[in-house]
Amino acid sequence: MTELSPARFNEQAAAALKDAPLQRALGNMRVGFIEKRRKAAEKLPEFEALRDAGVAIKTHTLAHLDLYLEAWEQKVVDGGGRVHWARDAEEGRRIVLDICRAASARTVTKGKSMIGEEMHLNPFLEAHGIEPVETDLGEYIIQLRRETPSHIIAPAIHVNKEQVADAFREHHTGLPPDRALDEGPDLLAEARTQLRDRFIAADVGITGANFLVAETGSSIIVTNEGNGDLTQTLPRVHIVLASLEKIVPTLEDATTLMRLLARSATGQEMSVYTTVSTGPRREGDPDGPAEYHVILLDNGRSDLYGTEFQEVFRCIRCGACLNHCPVYGAIGGHAYGTVYPGPIGKVLSPALMGIDAAGKLPNASSFCGRCEEVCPMRIPLPKLMRHWREEEFGRKLSPAAVRRGLGLWAWAVRRPALYRFGARFAIAGMAFLGRRRGHLKALPLAGGWTAHRNLPAPQGGTFHDLWRRRKSNRRRDRR
Amino acid sequence: MSAREAILGALRQRLDRDADDGAGAKAVAERLSAHGRNPIPQRGQLDRAGRIGLFEDYAAEADATVARVAAAGDVPAAVADFLKRHNLPANLVRAPDADLDAIPWDSQPTLTLEARKAEEPDAVSVTAAFGGVAETGTLVLVSGGDNPTMLNFLPENHIVVLWADRISGDYEAQWAALRERYGEGALPRTVTLVTGPSRSADIEQTIQLGAHGPRRLHIVIVDERA
Repeated sequence: MTELSPARFNEQAAAALKDAPLQRALGNMRVGFIEKRRKAAEKLPEFEALRDAGVAIKTHTLAHLDLYLEAWEQKVVDGGGRVHWARDAEEGRRIVLDICRAASARTVTKGKSMIGEEMHLNPFLEAHGIEPVETDLGEYIIQLRRETPSHIIAPAIHVNKEQVADAFREHHTGLPPDRALDEGPDLLAEARTQLRDRFIAADVGITGANFLVAETGSSIIVTNEGNGDLTQTLPRVHIVLASLEKIVPTLEDATTLMRLLARSATGQEMSVYTTVSTGPRREGDPDGPAEYHVILLDNGRSDLYGTEFQEVFRCIRCGACLNHCPVYGAIGGHAYGTVYPGPIGKVLSPALMGIDAAGKLPNASSFCGRCEEVCPMRIPLPKLMRHWREEEFGRKLSPAAVRRGLGLWAWAVRRPALYRFGARFAIAGMAFLGRRRGHLKALPLAGGWTAHRNLPAPQGGTFHDLWRRRKSNRRRDRR
Repeated sequence: MSAREAILGALRQRLDRDADDGAGAKAVAERLSAHGRNPIPQRGQLDRAGRIGLFEDYAAEADATVARVAAAGDVPAAVADFLKRHNLPANLVRAPDADLDAIPWDSQPTLTLEARKAEEPDAVSVTAAFGGVAETGTLVLVSGGDNPTMLNFLPENHIVVLWADRISGDYEAQWAALRERYGEGALPRTVTLVTGPSRSADIEQTIQLGAHGPRRLHIVIVDERA
């Protein structure tokens, strides 16, 4: 498999549109998530008030981030846990390796963690002789297929069940060839059996964190499978991977965000397991890890504090923006070539990787605004994408044709008489060409657009004409 | 410079912390000790009977099964019923919890129970809940010597005994009860909120029960304490 990259977004997106199995898989998603979220939100009259409260919690926390992190750290240490700060992915990986080596670890089980993906942890552990085993079913499937997640909460959404069966047959040695793996339950039972042994044999368990709670020094994980709890309880050492913005002040604040998370993500009232973990095994505890470590990753985040992009740190990783995005729905997650796909990725990736590396992404949007509409934390994603476009244009990173086109447009728009004349001329021409069919099949300079769809022939004059007519109608109505 | 100093330093500079004269620290300390409440959904704010009913409805919606009994003495029969219905073995592993100790298990001579932590291949476990949340039909399970965590996850069938007087309308009441039991700012090693049995929709977006945790979750609600 060639390495995916945001720099090759256009080619990757084109390939995704022609990928028949992927298109079939995306069809499953387009209906399910949207309908379920709508129903869950409608069923809770306080949903909008909770969104407002969620925004207020995060805004307050981000304004006092340094203080909450210190308060949380003190609580973790008091409870017998350890906090490791990591400036970047490399530093984070090293810390994980040191802890694993101190524990003489040979295998590590992992719950789902986007921070782990950001750190590119698995290849690093493998290169150092430690075997990472993903335990979330979706993550396990894509690990066998040597892929990356294509969705924040449904990492294997691009995979069909026949492909899952193929992956199991290839990797599960000792699997009888006549064993049925045709249906979902067969596949689930097979994965459960395989992973049960891995859970028990693991030396270290690594999970992510949905939230960190300053009041108690806790980390919270949310899963439907229960894999996170098996991962963090059975091995002798538990490592939590988190980033700075996961912190919330109190259990009550975490609760408000939990009320939004599952409903926005899968349309569940509540995910099956929400576990609040505080430190290592206590005296008298019959199970649980002897060591509890939290790695707190910055990875470019502190650079964004105090900038217009700070709002992105309200994100609780529900994936609603992906589920409702027409672009994501057409191309899936891999085409983006980044850890975080979809609208949130279009804003976060340029921040984490640099606008020169990920500049194509904020341009891959029609600005339809559905992402912002459904974001439980009301992150103004289209506005932030526009900021990135401006920055890209300002730094002359946009393609030459785009810059020339925008330059020409800017030149014309500053000459109103000329602009009006040009617009009228163009519209009259297009209306004439499309007079029979009502649409245009091809257009000079816009072949890329008309190659895939027809352009409706313009009707009713230019925008300026319509605006003037509307204004005079209003004036007449008032009289 | 350590990573900690570098990161905190960068944040403080951006937030202009030096100029705030301790106002930020005061705001943070107040919020942490007040743990004030945000909007709470109305739907759980019911009387005792209403709360129990709502809990049952939402637990069932999340694919748990619920049995309601009058007193602790009726729990063994409810457990035996559940086992019979699903054709499960009668040897169980249960939490060494004082409330579970007090249940007259001998009243069902077919049942054999061992009080210990979970091991492979235990098929059925019985644990006691700290509480229940009516709002979403959610159990509150806490770890400790009396309730080893893995009993909630390893066996394929999980039976939970929940006292009706521990069912609250919302989560906030459970946090308050936990603070009362464990102290301000303190929690047991784990508090797990459980809403229905384990599941996954990772294969073609189709929900299947019993991913890594229990395939069946059976809740026995006990109306009166002995």
